[in-house]
Amino acid sequence: MNLQKETKAPGGQPAKRKSMNAMVLRRMKNNKMAMAGLFILTFIMLVAIFGPLIAPYSATKTDLLHTYSLPSLQHPFGTDELGRDIMSRLIIGSRASLAIGLISMAGASVIGIMLGSLCGYFGGKVDTVIMRFMDIFQALPPLILAIAICAALGPGLNNCILAITISNIPSFVRMTRASVLNIRRMEYLEAATAINCSTSRIIAKHILPNALSPLIVQLTMGVATAIISASAMSFIGLGVQPPNPEWGAMLSAGRGYIRNYPHMVTFSGTMIMITVLSLNMLGDGLRDALDPKLKD
Amino acid sequence: MKKFIGKRILMMIPVLLGVTFLIFSIMTFTPGDPAAIILGAEATPEAIQELREKMGLNLPFLSRFFDYIKGIVTRFDFGTSYINGRNVKDEILMRFGYTFRVALLSMLFALGFGIPLGITAAVNRNTWKDTVSMTIALIGISMPTFWFGQMLSIVFALKLGLFPASGIGGIRFYILPCLAVSMMGIAAMARQTRSSMLEVIRSDYITTARAKGQEERKIIYKHTLRNALIPVVTQAGATFGILLGGTLVAETVFSIPGLGSYMVTSINSRDYPAIQGSVIFIAAVFGVVMLLVDILYTVIDPRIRAEFSKGGK
Repeated sequence: MNLQKETKAPGGQPAKRKSMNAMVLRRMKNNKMAMAGLFILTFIMLVAIFGPLIAPYSATKTDLLHTYSLPSLQHPFGTDELGRDIMSRLIIGSRASLAIGLISMAGASVIGIMLGSLCGYFGGKVDTVIMRFMDIFQALPPLILAIAICAALGPGLNNCILAITISNIPSFVRMTRASVLNIRRMEYLEAATAINCSTSRIIAKHILPNALSPLIVQLTMGVATAIISASAMSFIGLGVQPPNPEWGAMLSAGRGYIRNYPHMVTFSGTMIMITVLSLNMLGDGLRDALDPKLKD
Repeated sequence: MKKFIGKRILMMIPVLLGVTFLIFSIMTFTPGDPAAIILGAEATPEAIQELREKMGLNLPFLSRFFDYIKGIVTRFDFGTSYINGRNVKDEILMRFGYTFRVALLSMLFALGFGIPLGITAAVNRNTWKDTVSMTIALIGISMPTFWFGQMLSIVFALKLGLFPASGIGGIRFYILPCLAVSMMGIAAMARQTRSSMLEVIRSDYITTARAKGQEERKIIYKHTLRNALIPVVTQAGATFGILLGGTLVAETVFSIPGLGSYMVTSINSRDYPAIQGSVIFIAAVFGVVMLLVDILYTVIDPRIRAEFSKGGK
């Protein structure tokens, strides 16, 4: 058997797995769109992390003498109806949007992947019960499910995160289940069972790493969708509550003034779009890089 | 085939029951006493107790749930609003027309523009046509529907005065909302169509078709598109859900008195029967759309049809 030959790359480099990662990395580096997305995203994350340090003004302090001012040197993005500096509010608001996007998708992916691998691996009754539950959750479009949950729990950042998490679980469950079902048929799994691997080890070491690629892409794109959903929910009053800034809530507050002061909604919407765009660009790049069918 | 559709319709029942149970229970166990909401802040505890009794709120949860289901099934009755005492069903039916019109028109835009855009991109892969289409699509899936609506309304209604900014009326009132809502659909459909076309173009039978000298137009529409259609239809179902959600939020932007504005008002006034009714109604509509998608699969793909007529006879 030439097993030895296959697992060692030329030059004695250990393991095929590493070369796979290296290939993905190389493909990502060559993808200008993905790199641009990563760059913008890193920048926005840094702004969010150091928000309070770099925001020129307080995000909640009102200044009734300078309301509705148009973009100027003192206020690069102008001020809102209470004289608050829009740029500072955008900077602080990025924390809420990113937190909702990242935390809810982290939660949804962990729960979804666990349930999905249970379904795919064990099948039978466990599978039926979990999947019927998912059918119920998927009977509503995700945004509407999130709105319904948040309407019941009451508005606020935490409830918004919870609602978006729950509404995103089913797609992860389905995707993981489908991958696991495919992998279960593979011969290396038979081999793992034959050498008496424990079930948890089989799932964690043999199945999940091989099912991960589509899930990573789904996760990246999911953060993008979650940010859009969060802004929609804040827009209709279910997300972050005033006076705390959030991009969607700022769009909602500026709604009454778009006739005379369109700058109040232009910038916050642009911020949402740039963030989501960079995530989608990164996601597209990851999908191409992880696609085994595309050979370079 | 009929058997399949019948079975598929029967399958909707437990799902809808499940949704109703889910929504009913989260609305019931949510903090806040409906009787106190109806009577307002100054109500005496006795008055609240009395109203609770009258509304049947003191009955056990399950019996209230069964009453609710019974009301929906036998009388198509979703209860009455806590706030203004109006019948929730009438309100939903009156308002759903607006929502449905916007969602459906947007869906037609999404199919009518998105699929051709995706085909163009796939056929002209790595040319400027591909780049332009995919850039539009990428921006399209990255814009919140309601914000795009606001921007359209600033430019085309407030600055240029071409279309009305809000309200309802003739077809001109629907153009901006439908444009705003359909953008995400066009983008999603274009992306799915492109990637699924590219998947098929790699197949051997396309090479064969080329080799035997088939005309390019036939290769694209008969060989490639036909075989690429299943994921596109799946995406179309999901897209309808996204557009429906987008419409609900965009209604607030354009002051359309549809189901979305109804839900927003109800949520803000904690009018639980109204929220509950709207959500269940949307689930039913979405269920029907998903049913159509499943039926469409069998129309498109003879293999799926064969499977059902064999296994399900």
